[in-house]
Amino acid sequence: MYATTDTLAAEIQAYPMSRGSGCPFDPPPALRELLDRAPITRVRIWDGSSPWLVTRFEDQRTLLADPWISADTTNPNYPSESAALAATNKIPATVTLDGETKPAEPFTFIAMDDPEHARQRRMISGAFAVKRVQAMRPAVQRIVDDLIDTMLAGPKPVDLVQAFALPLPSLVICQLLGVPYKDHDFFQDRSGLLPLRTTSAELAVRTLNELAEYLNHLLVRKGTEPEHDLLSALAKRVAAGELSQLQATNMGLMLLFGGHETTANMIVLGTMVLLQHPEQMARVRETEDPKLIASTVEELLRYLTIPQIGRHRVALEDIEIGGATIRAGESVICPLDIANRDPEIFPNPDQLDINRNPRQHIAFGFGVHQCLGQPLARLELEIVYSTLYRRIPTLRLATDIEQIPFKDEAVVYGVHELPITW
Amino acid sequence: MKIIVENEKCIAAGQCVLSAPDVFDQNEEDGIVILLAENPSDDLTDNVEEAAALCPGRAIRLEK
Repeated sequence: MYATTDTLAAEIQAYPMSRGSGCPFDPPPALRELLDRAPITRVRIWDGSSPWLVTRFEDQRTLLADPWISADTTNPNYPSESAALAATNKIPATVTLDGETKPAEPFTFIAMDDPEHARQRRMISGAFAVKRVQAMRPAVQRIVDDLIDTMLAGPKPVDLVQAFALPLPSLVICQLLGVPYKDHDFFQDRSGLLPLRTTSAELAVRTLNELAEYLNHLLVRKGTEPEHDLLSALAKRVAAGELSQLQATNMGLMLLFGGHETTANMIVLGTMVLLQHPEQMARVRETEDPKLIASTVEELLRYLTIPQIGRHRVALEDIEIGGATIRAGESVICPLDIANRDPEIFPNPDQLDINRNPRQHIAFGFGVHQCLGQPLARLELEIVYSTLYRRIPTLRLATDIEQIPFKDEAVVYGVHELPITW
Repeated sequence: MKIIVENEKCIAAGQCVLSAPDVFDQNEEDGIVILLAENPSDDLTDNVEEAAALCPGRAIRLEK
């Protein structure tokens, strides 16, 4: 019997899929099954469209580095990740007073293609160069030590998310940008809303507007009173006519979100996973070898791959991948989490092994859009993993893992709170 | 082994500096790759090959 179009359509799975019960750190079983069976297949997403989904590590790398693959959110075929992101990932088209139409524009360069993407990325990439970031090590170490001092002096149990994981990257990125610390609560409250898949488009737009208004004012101030920070550098670009005020504001927002919750989630989930592997936790706690710490960071990045919604793209030309052809104009998703569990690349992929040093993982994505802040993320995580458990050797969960609320609805995976004690 | 870098493809992710710091550096201004050694010694081959494989912009080519 031949399958009709209708039965084929009914077989299309919804994406994203749910994680298995009792396996909060593993990708969804349905994705694993697709990795074994179907290197490329169609899935159904929230808006009813059915993009391709590519599962294997090598295929994802090839695709994400293909010059004919587009990240442009203004492309009518771009598959938005959620209703909230569909409403906020681009600046809508406007009509000026003299009747001219200004076309829609992606929210920032991360949703643009080259050459404009490269032009704008290079305005800020110097600040994230490996050696410039490594020069921040003493300052970041001091922030980590201070936060731990405060935690140890306070009551227990304490929520690791609020007391440590969120403030650290927030302090670091705000230093880099030049955002005054007194305004941090304002940022944390609002940036926490945006990644939620359940956040309505209306609320997302309102929240984003509040943050944009604040950064807009700060940029103007940095233009007249420049300091040694990224926002001052952006203000200079605006004055030189290389960037609009709106583009600079949005870039500031992107840097804030990009480095904040992501790093926080890696700190918290990394701690949970190491607590489940006491022998490896002991080695992390006791080692004097910076190479083992670096390898631990890479392995936790691979193992956890917190961007739980895959990279979304559109093909601009026909692209052959995994034995199929993605036609020009068709959309495609690369779920990074399952690629980083591909046994062809990582033997025993579901085993945590801090000696593995899996530098080739794609937790930061791949292609020209690979994470700009990765040296900073690595620095923060190296310092945290080498300091937190050494300073609090009896650190443990203050509740059962079953009681921990995971962010199953978020674009970036994490937990809402993690009560710890010692 | 000869290394060829295409600066216009570089996205300043810094992967090459992590893999082979004796061979690659980054420009202070925009983080774009600086090739320190065009023909590195044989003991650096593994590191250089890793740098080329990991480069997300595919900006590093090796000629043997």
